[in-house]
Amino acid sequence: MRGARILVEALRCEGVEHIFGYPGGAVLHVYDEINRHEDRIKHYLVRHEQGALFAAAGYAQATGKTGVALVTSGPGGTNAVTGIANAFMDSIPVVVFTGQVPTHLIGNDAFQEADLTGITRSCTKHNYLVKHVEELAPTIKEAFYVASSGRPGPVLIDMPKDMTAQEAEFRYPETINMRSYKPTLQGHPGQVRRAVELMLRARRPVLYVGGGAIAAGAHEEVRRLAEKLNLPTTCTLMGLGTFPASHPLSLGMLGMHGGYWTNMAVDNSDLLISIGARFDDRVTGKLDQFARGAQIIHVDIDPSCISKNVKADVPVVGDARVVVQQMLAEVERQLDAGERIADRTAWFEQIQEWKRQHPFFCHDEGEVIKPQRVIEELHRLTGGRAIVSADVGQHQMWTAQLYGFENPRQWLNSGGLGAMGYGFPAAMGAAVARPGEQVVAVVGDGGFQMSFNELATIVEYDIPVKILIINNGYLGMVRQWQEQFYARNYSHSNIQVAPDFVKLAEAYGVRALRATQASEVSRVLAEGLEARGPVLMEMQVNREENVFPIVPAGAALKEMILG
Amino acid sequence: MRHTISLLVEDEYGMLPRIAGLFSARGYSIDTLCVGPTLEEGISRMTLTTHGNDKIIEQIIKQLRKLVKVIKVTDLTERAHVEREMVMLTVNAEMGAHRQEVFNLVEIFRAKIVDVSPDSFIVEMTGNAEKVQAFIELLKPIGIREMVRTGTVAMTRVAATRQQPKGNEETFSQLTLNEKV
Repeated sequence: MRGARILVEALRCEGVEHIFGYPGGAVLHVYDEINRHEDRIKHYLVRHEQGALFAAAGYAQATGKTGVALVTSGPGGTNAVTGIANAFMDSIPVVVFTGQVPTHLIGNDAFQEADLTGITRSCTKHNYLVKHVEELAPTIKEAFYVASSGRPGPVLIDMPKDMTAQEAEFRYPETINMRSYKPTLQGHPGQVRRAVELMLRARRPVLYVGGGAIAAGAHEEVRRLAEKLNLPTTCTLMGLGTFPASHPLSLGMLGMHGGYWTNMAVDNSDLLISIGARFDDRVTGKLDQFARGAQIIHVDIDPSCISKNVKADVPVVGDARVVVQQMLAEVERQLDAGERIADRTAWFEQIQEWKRQHPFFCHDEGEVIKPQRVIEELHRLTGGRAIVSADVGQHQMWTAQLYGFENPRQWLNSGGLGAMGYGFPAAMGAAVARPGEQVVAVVGDGGFQMSFNELATIVEYDIPVKILIINNGYLGMVRQWQEQFYARNYSHSNIQVAPDFVKLAEAYGVRALRATQASEVSRVLAEGLEARGPVLMEMQVNREENVFPIVPAGAALKEMILG
Repeated sequence: MRHTISLLVEDEYGMLPRIAGLFSARGYSIDTLCVGPTLEEGISRMTLTTHGNDKIIEQIIKQLRKLVKVIKVTDLTERAHVEREMVMLTVNAEMGAHRQEVFNLVEIFRAKIVDVSPDSFIVEMTGNAEKVQAFIELLKPIGIREMVRTGTVAMTRVAATRQQPKGNEETFSQLTLNEKV
């Protein structure tokens, strides 16, 4: 069969049910097969290749399955690059198929030619250029394995057009064994023992959980560990939902916009146990001031993350779930041997005191809509159970602070890359992946204007995404920094010239609602969330609201501006 | 500190830019880089020298190991090893004292004259980086017209008392896998 058909058959073998893509000259053989096999692999035609990648990312983040995108050569691939870089930064398993000009034209500056493996080399986990049609099936097998194992990430397969036209026998490898790639899953037993000894003895421990715990499916084990050892637990932006927000041991999110009590707890801890987090600069603030009194246990499947920013006292390379299971067994062993868990009453009292001093707050101002209240109301009306996909900016931070995520894979956002335009298409991917569940895209007016082309997609396929625009007429986070750190010089952050979002949605055939006053928020949200199919809800919020606390860039974590 | 790192990599499309790109993307520098085949088909050896503090070198090694098609990374700096580099120089050698002085240095450094013209030689010399550098410094006053250096290649020393592995030393498939992480 021809290469294009081999691709389709390989996707079936991988259990792929949905792909997001956009056709073009170099992938026409593939598209000639795609619509003949949609009974088993459904293709969603996005309206921009970046949307295909974000949708595939949202699909993967909401399920743990590998997302798949298919785009053409040249501009198709370059348009996809931001989405690929996003998947790379946030360790999202995605396999991207790009078309390429025919083999004999490569390097010729041919029409719609771009060196896509070259361009994406530094933002993929790995990439491939298919040079013989016989290699296509084994390459796809390897790509799915690499994307989804170890520390997950995007893998790109560049397919010259002749590779999809030539014929080969279809044989899909059943097993895979790569001598150059063997992720370590099991933690070193000696390190696990040392880690547990420290965890039992610590007087002021904090468990610090990141997106790696979600990728590993370690949330149950993490909760058991926290409960067993009485560990106050904070989640990173990427880790929200790994540990239930309503749990008595939950400290919420740490970092630049983390809670005062959370950051103070981290700063004053004597033991910081990191599971699947990478000590990002938005978490640590000034490195040499970060948790100076704490010993560091760092569990990560990627050895290069360990001691990259903060020197680990106990490094444990391994899969988060496997290692925490090892830790739980070791805890039992040490408790049986007569070890005791240190008394932490004073520590918990101290954390409570910090929380009483400076909780999240929001001053209501009459009929002005406060964005924080919108998020709280969204939580109330969805019972805290919606899948929420945020774009990038102030609304993202308010949602992270206030929605209260209870479950993993419930919170989607672009954390590492911080790519505006992510929220809406990612929600689309999540809604495809988890039909029947409430999916809400919380977006700003800036980011939505980078992605609203996908309104046509959700209409075409009746994807029931609820879009909630927190509209302040500004690039809000930029404006906030300009207010706080650039003497209110609002240089090019005012985007009040914008479409009427309600009319815009209606032009696409999407139902739309708007609230301009605080008293309308509940009604608009309730009506929009209850309606079937896609709905857009616009909240015209207080224009100059700020996100607090904020740790200024380069400052120590405890140097928060509280508002 | 200068480090010599030896890599075994899959001999595949685009391996060199993967390695070089890693260094440029993360702000590390490659001082020298040599690539060549090994005895096992499909596997290439790269030897590179770089410099940085311990933290940077640790990251370089971890990031190299993370590359999906890198089979093995060894920091030879930490173990007994032999390093060699070859240099070719076109040096002034007019009749008289200079010509004799070049002959003397070639003799002392166990170099070779590989091409002769009425007023110059092409000299080939092999040694570790320090020896090569010393040779160059001594020839400078005489006049070096052109220089080409290969960069460092290096090999682990096998201790005299250690049992020699049987057969072909470069069959990696078994021995490499555990050493990646």
